[in-house]
Amino acid sequence: MKALLAVLMTAVLAAAAGPARADTELTFYYPIAVGGPLTKVIDGLARDFEQEHPGIKVHPIYAGNYDDARIKALAALKAGQPAQISVLYSIDIYELLEQDIIVPWDAVATTADDKAWLKAFYPALMLNGIYKGKVYGIPFQRSTIVLYWNKDAFREAGLDPDRPPATWNEMTQMAEKLVKKDASGNVVRWGVEVPSTGYAYWMFQAFARQNGHDLMNRDGNRTYYDNPDVIAALQYWRDLGAKYKVMPEGTVEWGTLRQEFTEGKTAMMWHTTGNLTAVKNSAKFPFGVAMLPASKQRGSPTGGGNFYLFKKTTPAERKAALTFVKWMTTPERTAEWSIATGYVGTRPDAYETAKLKEYAEGFPQAVVARDQLKYATAELSTFQTGRVRKLLDDAVQAALTGAKTPAAALKAAQQEADRLLRPYR
Amino acid sequence: MNVSGNRILPLETGAAWLLALLWLSPLLYAFWAAFHPAELATHFRLLAPLTLQNFAKAWTYAPFPRHLLNTVILVTMILAAQFVLCTLAGYAFARFEFAGRDIAFGLVLVQLMVMPEVLIVENYRIMAHLGLVDTIIGIGLPYMASAFGIFLLRQTFKTVPRELEDAARVEGCGFLGVLWRVYVPLARPTYLAYGLVSVSYHWNNFLWPLIVTNSVTTRPLTVGLAIFGAPESGVDWAVISAGTIMAISPLLVAFLLFQRQFMQSFMRAGIK
Amino acid sequence: MKHVYGWLLLTPAAILLVGFTHYPAAATLIDSFFSTATAVRPSRFVGFGNYASLAADPVFWKVLGNNFRFALGTIPTSIALAMVMALWVNRRLPARGLVRMAYFTPTVLPMIAVANLWLYFYTPQIGLLDKIGALFGAPSHNWLGDPDTVLACTMVMVVWKEAGFFMIFYLAALQTLPPELQEAASIEGASRWYFFRRVTFPLLMPTTLFVLVNATINSFKLVDHLFIMTKGGPDNASSLLLYYIYQVAFSFFDTAYASTLTVVLLLLLAGLALAQFLLIERRVHYR
Repeated sequence: MKALLAVLMTAVLAAAAGPARADTELTFYYPIAVGGPLTKVIDGLARDFEQEHPGIKVHPIYAGNYDDARIKALAALKAGQPAQISVLYSIDIYELLEQDIIVPWDAVATTADDKAWLKAFYPALMLNGIYKGKVYGIPFQRSTIVLYWNKDAFREAGLDPDRPPATWNEMTQMAEKLVKKDASGNVVRWGVEVPSTGYAYWMFQAFARQNGHDLMNRDGNRTYYDNPDVIAALQYWRDLGAKYKVMPEGTVEWGTLRQEFTEGKTAMMWHTTGNLTAVKNSAKFPFGVAMLPASKQRGSPTGGGNFYLFKKTTPAERKAALTFVKWMTTPERTAEWSIATGYVGTRPDAYETAKLKEYAEGFPQAVVARDQLKYATAELSTFQTGRVRKLLDDAVQAALTGAKTPAAALKAAQQEADRLLRPYR
Repeated sequence: MNVSGNRILPLETGAAWLLALLWLSPLLYAFWAAFHPAELATHFRLLAPLTLQNFAKAWTYAPFPRHLLNTVILVTMILAAQFVLCTLAGYAFARFEFAGRDIAFGLVLVQLMVMPEVLIVENYRIMAHLGLVDTIIGIGLPYMASAFGIFLLRQTFKTVPRELEDAARVEGCGFLGVLWRVYVPLARPTYLAYGLVSVSYHWNNFLWPLIVTNSVTTRPLTVGLAIFGAPESGVDWAVISAGTIMAISPLLVAFLLFQRQFMQSFMRAGIK
Repeated sequence: MKHVYGWLLLTPAAILLVGFTHYPAAATLIDSFFSTATAVRPSRFVGFGNYASLAADPVFWKVLGNNFRFALGTIPTSIALAMVMALWVNRRLPARGLVRMAYFTPTVLPMIAVANLWLYFYTPQIGLLDKIGALFGAPSHNWLGDPDTVLACTMVMVVWKEAGFFMIFYLAALQTLPPELQEAASIEGASRWYFFRRVTFPLLMPTTLFVLVNATINSFKLVDHLFIMTKGGPDNASSLLLYYIYQVAFSFFDTAYASTLTVVLLLLLAGLALAQFLLIERRVHYR
């Protein structure tokens, strides 16, 4: 009788303990900007996290580039497929707000520890992620534009190989010396190249900021394309090709620029710091990395992706998402990610870790982007961001190819942008 | 007899060969870039060493085997469905008189002009409603009823002599039995031709699969190749060439082995 | 009785056809009269409002113009080239099989792969085209970055891909021509050009019509290369209508405007089909 009771008790207790808690599943879309092997890194990180946090399953989905990731994530949400977090363009924030699909991290980051974590990132990188005082985007893979220069080419042209240009004038003069022509007068090496396909507006933001003006306001409903300083900045960019002849005329292809640099077809290039590791692996000459030159001031837009939290999530999922994102952005992991990709370490204490300190000593180019953060500005982002950005891309390309003057191109773009943004004021 | 039309002048031969060489050069170029180290991609030193490292790199950059599997599944699924649906429909148009037949046929032919790719906005919405976004069947569904297939099979079935059908009827076949026993076997060349055309088309299709798929487990080779070929921070030619060659080799090898059949299929499809 | 069977057999195919061709076409038309729904504002009837925006959109006109130029550039060229290729391959050309294979190979490649290869061709300085040009002393040119040359460059690439495909159809047709015609012509001392112009070409008309229809549809459908090469740039110089539709629908999420653009595309395709049939029908010579 006693035995039977014991068995019954055990059964009841076992039943009362309930079924094993279902795992919380996190699906997230992410873009990789620097080529495939990093998908393995992300997968590895996901596995490591799952081991440390049983009960949460993570499904990373590689979506292509930033545009692809946004399209895919939004399409999935529209189609009713689950995605709880995603790494998306930092500048997609207004689009996501308008579609009402994200929630601020402040809502979930309630403990004191969480709040400290929110404050641990570089302020410049938080700019694009904050709207009306709330944090919507956690920096993950962020970059700035930097100037790469070919030290051998500098030496050959009689310039000091360790001194990059610090101002626009210096850049123009040095570039003029660096242009190399062959016997029939064709250029075999340009002085400097700035890409104008792919993310033309991003490169242009740097010029504009350096000439003293930002391109949009903080509320995402006004652009300043036709400000005189901005027009002058585009004129300078155009002059590099048309007047000073240190850059090819027409548009410069984003995708092939890195290879042109590593093959010595251009002595300097402006490009994302995300290219750093790739350049390091393929350049056969010593090269330097510097902050972009100043006109009235130094400046560069930030770029890259943030973690966003989607609205259609249960409280359990939100907690899991917070745990995951906090885990992904610890100083050590941030350091590892920065070393593997060349992206900026998103928090100051990442640079205090032994790993990154050691790396920076052996490869000082890695910290230039971080040093530039104090001059950094938010990336171009407004409501109707896709269209508003395309207007600027088109205007920049029109000016660089000589189809329109910079003033005409930018004024037309501003007019269209005003029309699009007026309803949001 | 000296038929002037068939003799060919040496000048013309030369021109034809030159054009052929020109035509092959992009592909030959890609092979060069893929099998030589990255630095040599843009220089031509004939005796330069060969390497497979570009292929190794490309292999890690994108899950080509998975994409290949997806493509094979997709193409097979579409073809199977097309065979069934188009056979039934072609049979209906060829041998049955029913009210509204000609109008229906006209409506079918509309699809020759207005393909699913043109209607991406609406078709995507429909797929979302059906819950088929990011599935392989979602890619294939709009194509399974192929106007081209229906048209071809109708033409072929029309040429089958009635006596054969009558003979089968005498043996007690219903109309489906007649279809299976008489019409289908006789249309075998058409099926082969159509099959090759359909496989080539869907193997290489890009825009609609791009829109409908989100993840590695459903993307076909073309979409995988596009994503692989355009990472934000720049392209490495040698690796891109290697990846491209890996992606196109199944169909290319099939083509080279079965050239005659391929070309005859397209020819037959065209004559109809 | 037979009526029912007929419709029964047709039904499976009909469901799919209506579902993915006819219904979406109608739905697109209807959608073009409404505004896009956002989270904040549901969709509402706007009549011809979207069409007014369309007419005022300079990018639309640019893209439409590009598409027409693209069609005009690729269709006659690829057809003419295809005819020449077929004529050559049809004769006793040495290494005929290889030549034929060379012409047809681009057809089996996906457009994406073609774009990958040609992007490299066109890269300034390090690309193949500029390297060959350098051998002759020509300066490097920014082929894809110059709005004056970019559309032409894409046209060359598309002709490369399509000519071999059309060649096959011409080959098939040439092989059905009776050899007696050739013999009769040579007896009468007709020159090859005369023979071609007066006999071969008219007899190839049905094939030309077929190829023409195909080529026209392709010129509006083929936008895959833009995803890899120029994304429509610089400043929309290489963009085509279907690519613009994709951008508006999936990058800007403005589905109503995308529907409006699609309606234009549908009307164009329908109109072109009609025009070709009416115009060429008269000149086709059927034996």
